[in-house]
Formats: sequence, structure tokens, C-alpha cells
Amino acid sequence: MLLFLAGPIAYCVWISFTDMQLTGSDRTNFVGFDNFRRAFGDEKFRNAVWLTLVFTFLSSLVGQNTLGLALAGLMRRASRPVRTVTGAVVIAAWVLPEIVAAFLLYAFFRREGTLNAVLDFLRLPDQNWLFTLPILAVSFANVWRGTAFSMLVYSAALAEIPQEINEAAEVDGARGWRRLVHVTLPLIRRSIATNLMLNTLQTLSVFGLIWAMTRGGPGDRSTTLPVFMYDQAFTKSLIGYGTAVALLLLLVGALFSAVYLRLVRDEV
Amino acid sequence: MRRGTRQRLAANAALLALAAAFALPLLWLLLASVDSAATLRVRAPDSPTGDNFSAVWTEEITFTPMRNSLLLCGGATLITVACAALAAYPLSRLRSRLTRPYLLTVLFSTSLPITAIMVPVYGLFVRINLVDTMYGTALFLAASQLPFAIWLMKNFMDGVPVVLEEAAWTDGASAFQSLVRVVLPLMGPGLTVVTVYCFVMMWGNFFVPFMLLLSPDQLPASVSVFSFFGNYGTVVYGQLAAFSILYSTPVILLYVLIARRLGGGFALGAAVKG
Repeated sequence: MLLFLAGPIAYCVWISFTDMQLTGSDRTNFVGFDNFRRAFGDEKFRNAVWLTLVFTFLSSLVGQNTLGLALAGLMRRASRPVRTVTGAVVIAAWVLPEIVAAFLLYAFFRREGTLNAVLDFLRLPDQNWLFTLPILAVSFANVWRGTAFSMLVYSAALAEIPQEINEAAEVDGARGWRRLVHVTLPLIRRSIATNLMLNTLQTLSVFGLIWAMTRGGPGDRSTTLPVFMYDQAFTKSLIGYGTAVALLLLLVGALFSAVYLRLVRDEV
Repeated sequence: MRRGTRQRLAANAALLALAAAFALPLLWLLLASVDSAATLRVRAPDSPTGDNFSAVWTEEITFTPMRNSLLLCGGATLITVACAALAAYPLSRLRSRLTRPYLLTVLFSTSLPITAIMVPVYGLFVRINLVDTMYGTALFLAASQLPFAIWLMKNFMDGVPVVLEEAAWTDGASAFQSLVRVVLPLMGPGLTVVTVYCFVMMWGNFFVPFMLLLSPDQLPASVSVFSFFGNYGTVVYGQLAAFSILYSTPVILLYVLIARRLGGGFALGAAVKG
């Protein structure tokens, strides 16, 4: 583990300070902070950062987290067969290999795909989703694929709430939203925090899904940081620059990971 | 009571609507795979056929990539599980000052984005001539899965009481012997879960082999299905769907296997929660 994880990370730090390239000159020079300065001055890099934020916010915070909680909550009320069917479908979307999921959703969002068929049926205007709103399409794809995890975490969390507390709240007249906000959510706040952290971390590193659906395009309107990194390092052969971007991504990840660690520390 | 019934109906309706939304893309996959003129839209095939399956049932399209996947993921899983067992044993049994920091480090690296280190790993692999080799890729896959495997393994191992080992120790067994002869057999279900989980994660991994393997005859199914719909000009969607199903079947079966054994996916959720 040290060799294969810490090694590359150390190597990564070193390369990010060089101008290493795959083609052209064999010599690799030390260039100091140039790569980082360049990144922050690069319009495309800032665009990628922005899109990563949008992607993470939409798919992880809003989508997976809220939908996962909603599913878990509804499942506690629903009857057994419905619960089984929904659980199976949602989990199937999660278990499918990443690339198959990407392909399925590619078909779903294409101009001649299923989503537009449904919209036509409902007499709503259709769209060329992958062209007009690519970031929205890939975010939905990520929600489709990742919600099962939140659902499982929240189901477990909700099952742990003692029945007496719910009954007491009922007696005190807390219903619907008020009970959710004042009783349920505070009780599972640790699960919420943990789940948000893990979702965010997972979403930060999504590559295959986006790459297979849009290749970061059209233009660079769905180029999140991992896609940008790949593009710089391999299409443009700028390994040094790509690595600098990777390092920044890793730092963000490490930051979230550290927060996550603080959250679960007492339980180790 | 009436309010309860109404609530249940509302919850059922909402869940079914959500399930339908989740199911649509899946439905397309199933229908397209038996439709000889499949399009991108969900539609019932005119006459269901197995043509798509027999079209992709060839050495080049199905068998080679699947065999590669199996070698790659199977090898990597073996390495991961063996290393994880060896690492988890002292973590679970010994009370040392290092245990806690080590566990926290493991947990920390579990959540780092692997995607981010792929570019430098590629650079490193070029330097040490491991690019485009199966064992190099398998090693890296194993390494990337290891932190989580150790974590999971340790949690399962904690469930095996130390008392059972003490008998072995009095008979003069070493730590390694008691691990292999006593602990591992006793944590059978846990071991299965770790193994299957690692395998499933690697089977679906696209990015690592996509970056580290180049020659077509070494590509695992995750990458070959991608080039299938990326490069071949006109795409025969039906065949692609059929292949996707073949490729996904093993992991779904394995998942069902462990889900049954542990009463739902909740064990994994709980394990991740810490």
C-alpha cells in the first residue's frame, strides 16, 4: 500500500513542479510553481473547477443525498412488495458497471432517446439534452447511479431511531414536516454528515461516466476536473500540467477526507 | 388508522413513480438486447430474438475481454484479500499505540479520489516499464482497493472472539498459523463479502485499465465495451446492449449472493459508515 499509493503521490508532487511531456523533449526540467500559476490563470481550468462544483452540488448534495433520504423515508411507510421492487431497481442501477451505466444513460438522454419520447408523450418540449445541458445530463446520470448508497445509509440510520421517540413526537402533535425537521433530521445528523462527505468524495473522482457520455463536450461544457486532467495529460501530452491539476484535485479530496475522518473518529 | 392507510398509499405511489424513473434506462437495455432493429428509444421489439446475443458471442467480442477481466480482477482480488487479511489481523488483535493512527490513515486513504493519482501513476509505470502489462495493472488495482478491504476485513475480524484462538496458541501455533487455521475459517461469510466486494468493484472499474492497458488483446470488458460504442462508426445498439448484459451478469449475480447472505446491502452501508 505504501509503495503503490504513497509512492505515486510523492512522485505526483514532484512531477507537478516539472514540465514533463510525453512527446518532444526527453528532458524534464524543474519549473517550480509554473504549473500551478498556469492553472489558476487558465480560463479552461477555472471553467473545469466551476463545472466540478456544479456537478458535485447537483448530483451529490441535491440529488443523491436528498433523493436517498426521501427513498429511505418513503420505504418505511410503503408496503412490502413496493419496497422490494424499488429497492431492487435502485440498487441494480448502483451495481451495474460504470461504463454500462454511462451507456444506458447516454441512450436515455440522446435526442432520439427515451427521455424525449417520454416528454413527447407528455406534450412537453423535447431537447437535445447532451448538447444543450450536458452538465445537467451527467449530473442526473450520477444521481441515477449513486443514489442507492445514500438510500442504504439512510435506511440503516432511520431504522436505528427508537420507536418511542417517534411515538412521543406523535403525542406532542409533531407531524409531517415539523417532525422531519425537528425530530428525525437531528437524530440522524451524523449519518447525514458522513454520507455527504462520502458522496462528495465519490463524485469528485467520477471520470468514466462523463467521459463515456460526453467526452467532456460539447466544447468543454461538461469538462470537470478529472476530465480536464486527462485531456491535458494525454490528448495534449502535458503530463506535468495534468499532474498539477491532479494534485489540486487530490488536495480537495484530502480536505474532505480529513473532515470525514473527524466525523467518524470517535467510532474507530 | 385511516391516516396510516392514506400515508401508505401515498408512499407507495411516490416510490413506484421513482422506481419507474430509475427503471426506464434499465428497461431499454433489456428490450434493446432482444430487438434486432434496436434504436435508442424504449420500445417493445417486433419479434424478440436472440440474434444480438449470438452476434456478440464470439472470441473477439466476448470471450477475450471477459477472460482478461477475469484474470485481471481475479488476480487483483487475490492479492487484495491476502494482503488485507495479513494487515487486518494485527490491527484487530494487537493493542498497540500505532493501531489507531494506522487505522485512521487507512480510512483516510479509503476516501481519496483515485482518479487524481492516475496521471502520475501512468508516468511512473512508463518509467518502470509496467505500462500495458496485465500484472502491473492488476497490482495497481489491488493497491487502490486495499485500504477499503483492510478496513472491511478488520471490522469482520473483530467479530471473531479471541478465546477461540487461545486454544491454538497453547498448542504452540504461531500468529500466522492461528490466522490461517482458526480466524479465517471462522469468518467465512465476512471473507466472502470482502472478496466479492473487491471483485465487483474491480470488474466495473473502467479508468484504471483504460489508462494502463493499450493493446486490444489485453483489454478487459469494461474498456472493450467502451471502444465498442466509441469507435465502430455505426453502432448496432442491440448488440451493444446484449454485450452489456453479458458483461454485467457476473457482478449482479455476485451481489445477489452476498446480499442474501447478509440480509440486504445494509451490512456494507454500515461498514462504510464506520
